[in-house]
Amino acid sequence: MMAWHSVGDFFAMGGYALYVWGSMAGVVVCLGGEMTLLARSTAAVLATARSAPPAAAKTAATGGRSSHGVQDEATA
Amino acid sequence: MVKHNKPGRWFKYASPALFFPLAGQLIPGFRAAAAVLAGLGLYIGFFVAPTDFQQGDAYRIIFVHVPAAWMSMVLYLAMAFWAGMGLVFNTRLSSMMASALAPTGAMFTFLALWTGALWGKPTWGAWWVWDARLTSELILLFLYLGFMGLQAAIDEPRRADRAGALLALVGVVNVPIIYFSVQWWNTLHQGSSINLQSAPSMALTMLLGMLLMALSFWAYSIAAVLLRVRCILLQREGDSDWRRVAVGAAR
Repeated sequence: MMAWHSVGDFFAMGGYALYVWGSMAGVVVCLGGEMTLLARSTAAVLATARSAPPAAAKTAATGGRSSHGVQDEATA
Repeated sequence: MVKHNKPGRWFKYASPALFFPLAGQLIPGFRAAAAVLAGLGLYIGFFVAPTDFQQGDAYRIIFVHVPAAWMSMVLYLAMAFWAGMGLVFNTRLSSMMASALAPTGAMFTFLALWTGALWGKPTWGAWWVWDARLTSELILLFLYLGFMGLQAAIDEPRRADRAGALLALVGVVNVPIIYFSVQWWNTLHQGSSINLQSAPSMALTMLLGMLLMALSFWAYSIAAVLLRVRCILLQREGDSDWRRVAVGAAR
C-alpha cells in the first residue's frame, strides 16, 4: 500500500523532491502567512477600537476614517 | 436595540451588530476543520495513494494544485456575487464581503499557478506555456489584483465598492473560460479528471485525498474571509454604536 521503503525514500519523492516539496512549501508559506497577517491585523484593529473614545463624545466624527481597503497584503 | 427592516429573515445578518459576533464564533470551528481535513488529506495523498504509473510521484502536487485552482474560481464567483449584491441591494456588508474575499482568492490563484509551474517543469519540460488554461488563470490573478487596486485607489468606500463591483462582475466571464478552456481549445494542460458527466478517471484513494484537501481549503477560505471581513467592518464602522458592544465581547 505505502509507496515508501524508508524516510529518505519519502523525502526523495521518486526524484521529484524539488517540485513536490516546492509546491507544499508554497502552500504552507501562503496559508500560514495569510493567517499570521490576519491575526495581527485583527489584534491591531481590536486594540484601536477598544482604545477609541466612547461614541457619545464625538457625534460628528464621521468622515474621519477613510480606510476601507484590505489591510494585509496576503497575495504573496 | 437593533431595528430590522421587513425585507426578510435572511437580511438579518446583513446587520454588522449581529454579523460581527456570529463571524467571531464561526472562525475557530472552520480553522480547526481546515487543519483536520488537511491532515487527513495529506496523509492519504502521501501515504495511502499509490505512485502514478505515468507521472511518478510528481503527480502528488495535484493534491494541492487542483483544490487551489478550484478555490481560485469559487472565490472569484463568491466575490462577484457579493459585489453584485452590494450593488443591487446597497448593503454595506455585502460589499465588505467582496473586499474580504479578494486577497484570499488572489492567493489561491497564485498557488494554482505556482504549483502548476512546479508540476509543468518535470512533466512537460517547461515552467510556463501560453496555453489557454494557464493564460486564463493568469488573467484571473490580474482581475483579483485589479479589483483590489481599484478599491484601494478610491478614497470614498461606497464609491470604491461600486467601481470594484463593476470590475468583478465584468470579470466573471473569465471563469467559464478557465473551466472549459481544456475542452474548447487544444491545450497542453490535461483535461479534467473529475467532472459531472462521467466517473472520475483516477484511483479512488487519489480522488479521496484531493476531495479532502478541497474541503480543507474551503474551510480555510471561510475562516480567512470571516477574519478579514471583521477587520474591514471595524475599520470602516469603528465609530458606530454596535462596535462598543461587539468589541467588548471579542477576543
